[in-house]
Amino acid sequence: MASNPNVEDVIEETELDSSSSNPPLGFKVIAREFLKDKVALTALIVLVILLLTVFIGAMFIDQKEVMRVSLLNKFAPPSSEFLLGADSGGRSILGQLFLGARNSIMIGFSITVITSFVGVTLGLIAGYFGGVIDNIIMRIVDFVMILPTYMMIIVLITIVPSFTVFTFILIMSLFMWAAKTRLVRSRALSESRRDYVSASKTMGTNNFVIMFREVLPNISSIIIVNMTLNFAANIGIETGLTFLGFGLPASTPSLGTLVNYARSPEVLSARPWIWVPASLLILVLMLCINYVGQALRRAADAKQRLG
Amino acid sequence: MWKTVLRRVLFMIPQLFILSILIFALAKLMPGDPFTGLITPDTDPKTIEALREAAGLNDSILVQYGRWITNAFKGDFGVSYTHKIAVSSIIGQRAGNTVFLSLFTIIMTYVIALPVGLLAGRYQNSIFDKIVVIYNYISYAVPTFVLGLVILFLFGYQLQWFPTSGSVDVGVTSGTFAYFMNKLYHLILPGLTGAILGTATTIQYLRNEVIDAKQQDFVKTARSKGVPVSKVYSRHIFRNSMLPITSNIGMELVALISGSIFIETIFAYPGIGQLFIQSIGSRDYSVITALVMLFGVITLIGTLVSDILMSVVDPRIRLD
Repeated sequence: MASNPNVEDVIEETELDSSSSNPPLGFKVIAREFLKDKVALTALIVLVILLLTVFIGAMFIDQKEVMRVSLLNKFAPPSSEFLLGADSGGRSILGQLFLGARNSIMIGFSITVITSFVGVTLGLIAGYFGGVIDNIIMRIVDFVMILPTYMMIIVLITIVPSFTVFTFILIMSLFMWAAKTRLVRSRALSESRRDYVSASKTMGTNNFVIMFREVLPNISSIIIVNMTLNFAANIGIETGLTFLGFGLPASTPSLGTLVNYARSPEVLSARPWIWVPASLLILVLMLCINYVGQALRRAADAKQRLG
Repeated sequence: MWKTVLRRVLFMIPQLFILSILIFALAKLMPGDPFTGLITPDTDPKTIEALREAAGLNDSILVQYGRWITNAFKGDFGVSYTHKIAVSSIIGQRAGNTVFLSLFTIIMTYVIALPVGLLAGRYQNSIFDKIVVIYNYISYAVPTFVLGLVILFLFGYQLQWFPTSGSVDVGVTSGTFAYFMNKLYHLILPGLTGAILGTATTIQYLRNEVIDAKQQDFVKTARSKGVPVSKVYSRHIFRNSMLPITSNIGMELVALISGSIFIETIFAYPGIGQLFIQSIGSRDYSVITALVMLFGVITLIGTLVSDILMSVVDPRIRLD
């Protein structure tokens, strides 16, 4: 997280502060946790294979070629030409599945990165400085948390003048940073009252150096766990919105686009090859990411570790 | 205790105020006004202008906000652009269905979650418990729309056990017992979808609470007094474990409301979630504004109820 953490400092702090319940995630701890939990290991392997297949596969697929309408192949059932059949425009489902999965994963990832950046920065500032700054930030967070998220996103999407993938990511991020800020703030608050922070302050270290180089590494484990679980949730929200028809522009396929075809009863009941693969892929992705996240959470908390 | 509640309610007022400003700003950003729909090629622009003037659309933004919020308090959200009737009556027609569905979903959630959670916690690590844990993982991970489609596909189209759309069949007289049963019949699939999603967290909580409670002193005391095991579970442990579950009901409500957009769309159930999506489709901005405000207030109240119940259950987190 910190661009170039001072390794010695981190080690020193960990040794001094061995009683901390949330030490930085060590690779060994994570590896032991995964070896102990066979399901988590399977989930991780499946996830890696899925990601590799989707990204490598999508590299060989031409988006224009896949999205070209050919009415002759309308609703073609699965065959040797179209392994998973074709949709109402005669477009290959398999091709759309690869592109859609790649787009959904990339969007979910972008939103996770943006909201984490905002959430971690604001949370650290609020927790570290406390007082008025904390109060102002947290009242804004409280307010964003009570907004009806889905509805606000849908309304914003319909009224923005030029709607692109980029605006979509921004609009979604607008509502997703608050919970993360609250989490980071509560951790930073207790961490900032520790002796090493006071010591660093007395030595005259710059506040921002303390926050990002000294406090942040100590709460990084909880942030990584939270990011993993958020990643799954964000993919779910993006595909959900696209399913409703308020996500990605039609030219950019998402997993939600494929599931969206099932809103017509005919496709839902008679042409399952259009929507079942995408739904399954979403489910498997969510399950694996969540399971890996749970294992990371256990690894981050010494009390819950299996290994 | 009452101090906490009062403080929390007072805290809601500025939030409500900012929410209303935000929604008013959004409404102003939406293209068109109530008279856009009246414009035809041979409408005199002056007539429209006069109508706008009479409706106060040329007043300063503050005056407009003041009028909007006063009317909103009275439940007057203007006239729908597409349906040409009062927004409040459109929402009124649909709200009943959503309330009915939400109630049914909550009841179904607890009917499933309470026994399952208790038994899974009681017989920890049994085969039943392991199945429950797997069920929890799946129901926690599955997105609403995927689950809804699968349920609709299986029980609606493949097995044809339940209706696939609507809230009641045509031709059933309203007010009769058959009418009520027919409505209930239409509720089962959407209700089940919501309930499965709701049970994920509830079962998880309850199971953990029971497992924790098993090792507590009060359970050992009860057992050594000679209270039978089943009674310890049904009385002592159950009551203790129920507290955190009840406090979660506010958040459950919030989740149901945002889930209603998906569930009502998939099952073509005429509630306010479906109305929202339809209004977005027809660009019916006066209905959209009213619905966002309504959903916002419900979310606010849900969070409030949750916070208050939480402070009742756990005195440590009271505000003062």
